[in-house]
Amino acid sequence: MTGGSPPAGTLAAVLRAGQFAVTAEIGPPHDADARFIARKAALLRGWVDAANVTDNQGARVRLSSLAGSVLVQRAGVEPVMQLTCRDRNRMALQSDLLAAGALGVPNVLLLTGDHPRFGDHPDAKPVFDLDGVQLTWVARTLRDDGRLMTGRVLQTPPCWMIGAVENPFAPPAAFRARRLAKKVAAGAEFVQTQYVFDIGLFARWMADVRELGVTEHCSVIAGVGPIRSLRVLEFMRTGVPGVYVPDHVERRLRGVRSDKVAAEGIELCVETIQQVADVAGVRGVHVMAFGFEHGIPEIVERAGVGPAARPDAVAARSPDDRPADAVSALEDCTNAG
Amino acid sequence: MGSDRAEQAHPLPWQPRLPARAAYALHAVLRVNTPYKRLAEAIEAHPRAERWFTAGEQVVKERLFGCQMCGQCALPATGYACPMSCPKQLRNGPCGGVSATGQCEVYPDRRCVWVTAFERAEESGHGYDLDLLQRPVDYRQTGHSSWLNYWQGRDVSLWAGVTSPADRPALTVQARAVSR
Repeated sequence: MTGGSPPAGTLAAVLRAGQFAVTAEIGPPHDADARFIARKAALLRGWVDAANVTDNQGARVRLSSLAGSVLVQRAGVEPVMQLTCRDRNRMALQSDLLAAGALGVPNVLLLTGDHPRFGDHPDAKPVFDLDGVQLTWVARTLRDDGRLMTGRVLQTPPCWMIGAVENPFAPPAAFRARRLAKKVAAGAEFVQTQYVFDIGLFARWMADVRELGVTEHCSVIAGVGPIRSLRVLEFMRTGVPGVYVPDHVERRLRGVRSDKVAAEGIELCVETIQQVADVAGVRGVHVMAFGFEHGIPEIVERAGVGPAARPDAVAARSPDDRPADAVSALEDCTNAG
Repeated sequence: MGSDRAEQAHPLPWQPRLPARAAYALHAVLRVNTPYKRLAEAIEAHPRAERWFTAGEQVVKERLFGCQMCGQCALPATGYACPMSCPKQLRNGPCGGVSATGQCEVYPDRRCVWVTAFERAEESGHGYDLDLLQRPVDYRQTGHSSWLNYWQGRDVSLWAGVTSPADRPALTVQARAVSR
């Protein structure tokens, strides 16, 4: 067995230390504009532990998540490279996972991906050679067994941390925690969830997750985000597959003056962060605020979470001042072999 | 219409036409045994017989289960709802896009295959089949008879049992063989 080093980024160190992690999301541009990513990253630097770089999200073509991750890292924010099964067969997936390892991307997030039917290329051939669970299994095989799917030995295995996603709210509700348990058995070490708007349902799912022993092997990071207008509310309710907005949230947002919806949405998001943080087993939040990255510092600050809110806040605000063990471990890993 | 033809490009979520209990009972009849293994060997020895047998399997399984002829049948572990009729051909459970009413994300007028699979497996006392880790499909088997493969023991490693999230089953037979 060759065996990779343990996962080595800031996010891994934060989770290992039992601190409450904060991640956010950066959607790469629809063109070849590297500065776009640098601008988005600058808004988040010092406020989050890592930022997901999405992979043709919504089945719409954007700059690749691998290149995006490298650009985000250059801008001083730790990336979580999303990788979906929609656009690549098993060869391309393994190849991109190796590339991410070689380029020092510290985290990968593996998903099945949206179907192209509702994206910007509905005429494309969907690949789905593997599913999200199998891709997670492949990643763990690359890293921990140091082998390709073929069994071929990797002299230098990659050493990113392996993430997955789960939607606690989609049917069949009784299977959702078990599906996460499958991903964890396949190799997932952290999971980010779909938007949480219904704390009661989320807490029930977390109880199932704890009962299955999942939280001992996998850090659960709850997805949250501000609904900043009634238009976005309507889109969330009907336009995004798998997002569940309960009636009481809708009533609350419709109950305020139209110029107050944005503030109410942010307030709701802050409250949600504080509520999920109180659910046993939750190890962080993933703040999704597409096009509203500049609002994330306010949200995490008001919620009292993230690097800036920790006792070592001053040190953490500097991008070069990552936890020492994380930096050295990452260097060991990327320079290995 | 062009859009109608495009609809057929992706697998369509399929509702099985055979009740789950009947399917499990049928499987008991088709279970691997020596006569079936001999029969499968004899059929494969004659290409024409294999073609006819495979065509027959396809007709039956298409009508009953919306079979896509992947050649590595997962039906016994999915409540006899075919995961290859999922537009994303997911083998390990539903995606996160299932609507609140259990409809498919890609074809919202159809019920999610995995919601059906879960209900059928649970009702028949086979719910834990869905916890098995399904290995990646071998696309070289597309169009081949999965019954012949099954009777000859070629699909014994289609899935791995998992009893706890701490389990780390080997991904592929090759990886396992090499690592021993």
